[in-house]
Parts: sequence; structure tokens; C-alpha cells
Amino acid sequence: MSARVDRTPTLSPLTRRRLVHGGLIAVAALYVGALVLAPLIGIAWAAISAGWATWRETLTAPDTLHAYLLTAIITVITVIVTTVFGVIVAIVLTRDHFPGKSAVSALVNLPFAVSPVIVGLMAVLLFGLGGWFQPWFSAHGIQILFALPSMILVTLFICLPFTIREVAPVLQELGTQEEEAAKTLGGSAFQTFRRVTLPNIRWALLYGIALSAARSIGEIGAVLVVSGSTTGQTETAPIYILRQFDQSHDAEAYIVALTLAFASIVLLAGIEFFKHRSETRRSR
Amino acid sequence: MLPTVAVVQRGFASGLGSLRDAFAQPGARNALILTLAVAALTALINVVMGTTIAYVLVRYRFPGRAALSTLVDIPFAIPTLVTGVMLVALYGPSSPIGGWLSSHGVHIVYQRAGILLALLFVTLPLVVRTVQPVLLELDLAEEEAARVLGATRWTTFRRVVLPAIRPGITAGGLLTFARSLGEFGSVVVVSGNILNHTLTAPVFISQLIGGFKTEDAAAFATLLFALSFVIVLITERLTRRSVTP
Repeated sequence: MSARVDRTPTLSPLTRRRLVHGGLIAVAALYVGALVLAPLIGIAWAAISAGWATWRETLTAPDTLHAYLLTAIITVITVIVTTVFGVIVAIVLTRDHFPGKSAVSALVNLPFAVSPVIVGLMAVLLFGLGGWFQPWFSAHGIQILFALPSMILVTLFICLPFTIREVAPVLQELGTQEEEAAKTLGGSAFQTFRRVTLPNIRWALLYGIALSAARSIGEIGAVLVVSGSTTGQTETAPIYILRQFDQSHDAEAYIVALTLAFASIVLLAGIEFFKHRSETRRSR
Repeated sequence: MLPTVAVVQRGFASGLGSLRDAFAQPGARNALILTLAVAALTALINVVMGTTIAYVLVRYRFPGRAALSTLVDIPFAIPTLVTGVMLVALYGPSSPIGGWLSSHGVHIVYQRAGILLALLFVTLPLVVRTVQPVLLELDLAEEEAARVLGATRWTTFRRVVLPAIRPGITAGGLLTFARSLGEFGSVVVVSGNILNHTLTAPVFISQLIGGFKTEDAAAFATLLFALSFVIVLITERLTRRSVTP
């Protein structure tokens, strides 16, 4: 302590200020660099060093293609449904008043914090043997568990909050003035939504869509539990990576992991772009 | 969608009775303790580092600031399983860095340190992105007033800035904790899932389901579920209060 007191007068305030600045920036940059950037470089290096032949073999194998296709199907359906329902729920939450609204608002945020494994378990309890809905569906010959429907269902559940969380605050801030003006001028409810509400929430909505797409591409915990992960049937891209990894086929796992990471980073560029647009719009 | 939640909650209620059975499963207690401890540690580190990063991003202008901001958002986009694979690729026994570290007695992959790294990666944006907006809105005049009145920079931060951003920090920390409790994708790859050593609660639950012990899984999940639910309710309160002080 005394040493520090002795030394401080020799440094000018400006130098000290620069030291604190530089030090804090260095700490932040080194931490983020070591935590995020280093693993990214690590996987890129590991995947590229696998060699061209392994790349071609992996990316043309039927199992790989099927895994990509399945992930794409789930993601497209998830994006469509969460967009439509997300906007509806966000409008209801911000525009209507009803008893238990805050409880519903908490429920909306729940999938954000609950373990995806538990979400999968919920589906197993509902549709599995002895589950609530199992008798009806099996009587009608519809396979839910260990099949595509349950995989879509759990992904939807997990991705629904993203759109709502992005759109609801913007709706809240907008207020109802513009919408009321449109209605007074004779606009129908749908016209008002399409011409007034939608343009206002556009960027926030796109940001929410990008987040939910990124999440559904990578979802594993819930999907793994409900899918039964049959290779070539219910194996999504993340499950494929996990299986290759468990079988010590590291190169294949690295390659597919890198492609997913790449797709996600392209999505992230979109996210940043939409967020920027959304923020400049809000501050205007 | 929402009725599903209500129905499922009742489904869990029937599983509550077998909670004792679930804890009789080998490794159950240790899995829960490990998960709670490593989640708490993650939240603690995140609170300190997340606040620092948010402060640097908001208050300082330096080359590479935009790149730093983008890097902070990357964990939101990257699939969690890929996060785990990336950590193994970097620190695993077959990589140069992993080999060098293990020859010096440092083991990360298939150890608890790996779980911590994975959780820190996945939850990095949470504190930064809850503290950042509050810092942005904070009036610089208050800080300048404190400085003019003779307060040191540290005192200014502690007495002026910190009280304003505290709700944001707490909310971010709690979200980190909740997210860490449930994290599966990154942990399942990096931890090696060794019973009584690196097996976390979510992985344990998935193993129970895989072994058709659905009842035990439901009982164990109820515990985690209740914890997460309480945490979400608290964060809702906190963020609402910080919006309307």
C-alpha cells in the first residue's frame, strides 16, 4: 500500500488515466479473445487440417445430407410459426388487458431459462407411453415421439420467446396513437396491422427471427431427448455431430460443426445489421 | 402453446413423490451439487467480467471496439453443441495447445474446468447486454459532478455508476445462473460425463430418460424447473423496477 502511495505522485494524472483505460480495454479484449475467438480459430484449424478428401466425403455422405435437410426443415417451420405466433402474442400482451397477464408474460420467458432437456422431458411425458395425449394419437395412428412432429414441437417451444421478447418492447414504446388514427380513418384491423404496425416493428421482428433461426439450427438438448436419434431418420445436424464425436470420428464432427458455426455467423451478421437498424429506428 | 405448460406442470406434480427415489440414483446428489456450484461460479465471473466489458464498450473509444462488440454476440448465434466441439478442438488431447497444457499438468477437456469454460462462453452476452443499455442511458453529468467534487475515479464508479447499474448486473447474473443450470449441448461434449465427477444435472436427466427412468427424470427435473422458474420471476421483477425507478 505504502509503495503505491509513494509512486503515484511521480505519474501524471493523464498517464495514470491512460494506464487505467488501456488496462481495462486490454482485460476486456484478452478475456473475449481467449474465450470466444481462440476456440473459433481452433475449430477452423482442426476442420481445415482434416483435408479436402475428408471434407468431400463427409459433405456428400447421405447421412450428413439427411441431417442437414432435417435441421433445415425444422428451422424453416420454426421460423414461420414463431413469427406468426410471436407477433400475435406480443400484440395481445401489449395491447390487451386481462387478468393473469403478468403470469402469462412470465410463462413466455420461461423457455428461455428452463433446461432444454426438461422441455424434451415434458414432451416425453405428454406423448410418451402412459402420457396424457398418447392414447388419442396412437389410436389415430399418428407417431409424435421419436418422429419429426415432436422434434418440431420442442424447438417451437424453445424458440417462441425470442420473437416476443424483441417485438413486445417496441410495441410498448410505439403506443396506440398511430393505430387509432388509422382505425379512425377507416382502416380495417388487418389494414392497420399491415400498413401501420408491421412497418414499425419490422426490424425488431427480423432480429427476433434471426435469433430464433440460430437457436433452432443448434438446438440439441430437447431434440435429442424426443428424437430417439435414429441415423438417417431423426438425426439432425447437431445430433450427427454428437454421434460422430462419440464414435471418435473427430474430423467429421469438426467439419459439420464448422459449417454450422459458419451458418450461424452469417446469421449473426444479419442479427447485427437488423439490430442496428432497429436501434436507429427506435432512437429516432 | 401456453396450455402445454400448464398441463405439464401438473404432470410434474405426480413425479414429485418419487423425488426421494430419484436421489437414490447413483450420482444424483453429486450431479446437482456440481451443477449448482459451477453455475454459481459462472455467474460470479460473468458479473465481474461482463460489467467490465460493458463499461469498456460504452465509455471508451478504441480501434477494434466494433469487433469486440460482435465477438460478445457470437455465443448467441453459435450452436451450443458446436461450442463444446470447439473447446475440444482447441484444448483436447489431440490439439497442440491441449497437448502442451496436459504435459504441464493442466487438463481442461473432460474435466470440471472444461464445464466452466463452456458455460462462460455460452453465457458471455447475458450480463454485457443487460448492463450496456443502462450504462448508455446514464447521465455523464452525474459522474463529472462527482469528479469535480473531488471523488477518485474508483469512488465515482462505486458510488455513482454502480448503484445505477446494479439491477442490470443482478438480472444478468441471475439469468446466467439459470442458463448455466440448464445448459446441455456444450457441456455434454466437453465434460465427458463422468459419474460423480463431471456429470451435470441436465446430462444426468437425459441419461435417465435414455434409460427409460422417466419417473425419476421427472422428479429430478422438477427441482431444476422450480429453481429456474423462481429465478425468472425474480429477474422479471428486477428488470421492471430498473425500467421505472
